[in-house]
This record gives sequence, C-alpha cells and structure tokens, in this order.
Amino acid sequence: MSDITLGEICVAAVADTFRGDGEIFASGMGTIPMLGARLARATFEPDLLVSDGEAFFVANNLPVGGTDKEVEGWVPFRSVFDTLWGGRRHVVMGASQIDAFGNQNIANIGPWEQPKSQLLGVRGAPGNTINHTTSYFIGNQTSRVFVDKVDTVSGIGYDRAAQLGEWVRTHHEIRRVVTNLGVFDFNTPDHRMRVASVHPGVNISDITEACSFELVVGNDVPTTRLPSDEELAVLREVLDPKSFRDRELPA
Amino acid sequence: MADKRMTEDEAVATLTDGMTIGIGGWGSRRKPMSLVRALLRSSLTDLTIVSYGGPDVGLLCAAGKVKRLVYGFVSLDSIALEPHFRLARQNGTIPEVVEYDEGMLQWGLYAAALRLPFLPTRAGLGSDVVKNSPFLRTVTSPYADSEELLAVPALTLDAAFVHLNRSDERGNAQFLGPDLYFDDLFLNAAAPGRRFMSVEKVVPTAELLENGTFHTMKINRSMVDGVIEAPNGAHFTNCQPDYERDEAFQKEYANAAKDPESWSAFVDTYLSGSEADYQKAVAGR
Repeated sequence: MSDITLGEICVAAVADTFRGDGEIFASGMGTIPMLGARLARATFEPDLLVSDGEAFFVANNLPVGGTDKEVEGWVPFRSVFDTLWGGRRHVVMGASQIDAFGNQNIANIGPWEQPKSQLLGVRGAPGNTINHTTSYFIGNQTSRVFVDKVDTVSGIGYDRAAQLGEWVRTHHEIRRVVTNLGVFDFNTPDHRMRVASVHPGVNISDITEACSFELVVGNDVPTTRLPSDEELAVLREVLDPKSFRDRELPA
Repeated sequence: MADKRMTEDEAVATLTDGMTIGIGGWGSRRKPMSLVRALLRSSLTDLTIVSYGGPDVGLLCAAGKVKRLVYGFVSLDSIALEPHFRLARQNGTIPEVVEYDEGMLQWGLYAAALRLPFLPTRAGLGSDVVKNSPFLRTVTSPYADSEELLAVPALTLDAAFVHLNRSDERGNAQFLGPDLYFDDLFLNAAAPGRRFMSVEKVVPTAELLENGTFHTMKINRSMVDGVIEAPNGAHFTNCQPDYERDEAFQKEYANAAKDPESWSAFVDTYLSGSEADYQKAVAGR
C-alpha cells in the first residue's frame, strides 16, 4: 500500500512499544497512543487488554469513537488504579516537556508556584512511572519540548528513579518516546535518551535541532519501519476509518 | 426512619467559613453541580476544596471561594484544560495549592475513611509532588525490605458533596453509569452530619432494584446525612445514563473565561439566581 502517512508511521511505532507485553492493560492517552495499543492487540500482541477509554475492556477491534463494544471486562478508575499499582499496565502518555533521562511534565509551564501556563496537573504520571512501564508520544517535537530541565517533574525519569530504592530501580521503565520526527529509547549505560530510529525523510540534524539536550546518536541510526500491509489494512479499514490519526498528525 | 430530604441551600447553611469540602465525580462527569451552585450563592469563604477537579473547581476559583485546593488534576474532559482554574493558577489567586498524583488523592481519602493517619504508597516518590508539598513525609517499612514509602496523610473532610442517579429518602443510593468514581470515599472521609448527596430522583426503597442490579447500590444510608432531589443537578457535566454532558453549554462556560466582561455576563445570565432560575435559563437557551 502506498501513501503511508506520518500518523500511520507513528501509530505503528507506538504499537511496537507494546511488543512482548503479553496479558496486561495497554493504555494509550490520546488518539495515536490509543490506536497504537489497539493496532498491537489486533496484530502481533493479541493477549493485550485495551479499553474503550471510559470504563470497559473491549474484546473487539473498536474503531476510534466507536460505540459497538464487545465488553470483556469492567475497569472503573478504581480498578485502573489497582491494575497500575499492581504493575499490569503499560501506558503511553503525552508530554508537554521531557528531558534527557525521561522526566516528563504535563502539569504546568513556568514556576509551579505561579505558572505561566497551567496545564492538567500531574494526573497519574507519578504513580504510573513508579509502578509500571511507561512510554510517551509527542506529536510536536521542538527544543521547547525536549528540554534540559522540565518545569515540574510529573512522570519520573531514570535519574530520579536511581535515587529511590531497589524496588523502584527494578520496576521503573521508560521504554520509548515516539515523536513526529523519530523514535527514542534509553538503552544506554546511564539511561540517557538515544535516537533509536528516524522517521523516513527526517535527518538526524532535524532531530538534534528540535532538542535542547545532548542526545545519544549512534553511528548507524536506522529508519523507523513502515507499517506492514496487514497493519495498514487494519488501521485504515477497521480501527480508524475516519482518519483521526491524520487529524492529530498531518502527512 | 429518618427522611433526610432537604434543599441545596439547607445543606450549605450547615457549613462555615474555612471548612474542607470534598466534591465527588471526576473531571466533567457526574459532579454535584447544584450543590456547587448553592456554595456559589452563599457567603462562605476561605474554603479548602478536595476534588478530581472539573467545573466545580473552576467555578469556585472564579468566585474567589477557595483558600486551599487539593487535586490530582483539573479538566473538562472534552476540553482538556479548565480555563477558570488556569486563570486562577496563573494569576496566583489560590493561596494554597496541593497537587497530588491521582492515586495519592484516593489514598488520602481512603485513609480518612478508615480513620488512619496515613496510607503508604510509592506513587509520588521522586516526582515534584513531594517538592511542591513539603509537608509530605515518608515512612520506612518495618519489615525486612525496609523500603521508604510516601505516607499520604488522611484527607479528612468537614463536608462531602456527591451526585448519584437514584436514592430513597433515607440515603440508600445507586449509581447507574459506568463508574462510581470515588464518591463512596468522599462520603466516608467526611464528618457525620455534613455528608450531602444530590440525586436525579428520589424513589421508594423497593424501587431501587428496578433501576439496576444490587451492584449499583454502593452507597448506604449510614454514609449520608442529607438527600437533595436535584433533577439535572449535575448539569452541565454528564450523569449517565440519565443524560450526557451538555457540550454546547460547557463551551459557553469555557469561552466566558476569555475576559472579565464575558464572565460577568455569564454569571448574570446563569448564576445570579436560584437553582430553579439556573435550570430555567439553561432550558431557555
């Protein structure tokens, strides 16, 4: 299939973050993370649990905004908290700011005491990141998003986790960061963020210019994979026939 | 058998300045808005508000009622950022702000409900929640692991407001939507005497099970002191399955934050009279 969009590449890259997760709650905040979780479950990771974004696990391949649900479980917020504190979840959240060690901010921009811009508050980010695997999707990577220091640490990164106890160091994992420019991970000796792949048509210099901290860049950075024909068919025909993925991320 | 029915204004009349009030619901979902509107009509000030925040928080901030705000987030769901709350934070008009992880807020309410001084958790450790609320303390596990955990202090409430779908006149209630949220914890964290529950409809006890299975009956009368029959009382937040969120009205509410003139026009139109006036103005749009 041709004319693969940036949105589709990002959905597949988010789906890849769930590879190997097995029978856990794959949770995505926002259209592309949600589609990534549903695509992974529909293709290579069939044991994942995915939700309708409200209070139910759905067994069918529910389209974005779809209401025809085959309910396989009830997960009101209290059960979501229990599941995440129990570690049986991998969430892909957004980030208004992120730093080299994966500290994330969704709370506010500027000083916390009196912000320039108040955002959501920390929401569940502290509890998510200390309890289970977390990844991030960022649709507008710039040097003001990839920053030296985030204004309010909501989700904790590797340097913060390292200062906590053995249990936290064992269970904390920021698996990947997917942006409109590339895919990043923390598979380096000191867990500094590394360029894992660049999206087709993007140069390393585009990525480093859209970043305020020093990224680890290997000698031979691969190109992000394209979604397969099977994935594109599921995504376009079943999970997102109205192309919400491309409204969030234009081609 | 006590008939606990009363009005919103009678409930609010039991409160005094400086009290800590917990508000149930979640974001812009099943919020006890008619009780919040009664708070707005009152002369009460210097309140501490505890909430998984939505327009309840926005309205009380805009009215200058809040001295201390305890929240895990504030959002209108379909409008991600609550504009009135944002203005209050950006203008520095909330004197004390306690921003928790969502799970920490649950733990604080649960500790209060169980009459414990705190409950331990890992949620919050390492994040700026701890830096921004320097009163928080850690506790060391007394067992072999010796792990250091965050001790979330009990969030004991002077009063609780929740909105449910159905109840009898004694306060046995049920939620008919997809999620109870943490409404039972808000009620159980509050002092007996000031636990107020508005409901869409008061029905005879025997009718409760005609509306839903026994699984919906999570609130019993020992948890409730006042029952307020408030049809459309959660407006403009949702109250599934009775009604969905009034998205058009929510937009109007959010847009009214853009300047003081728009806000005062909104207040004049909708918030300057009684609850009946509010419902009439909403219906007359």
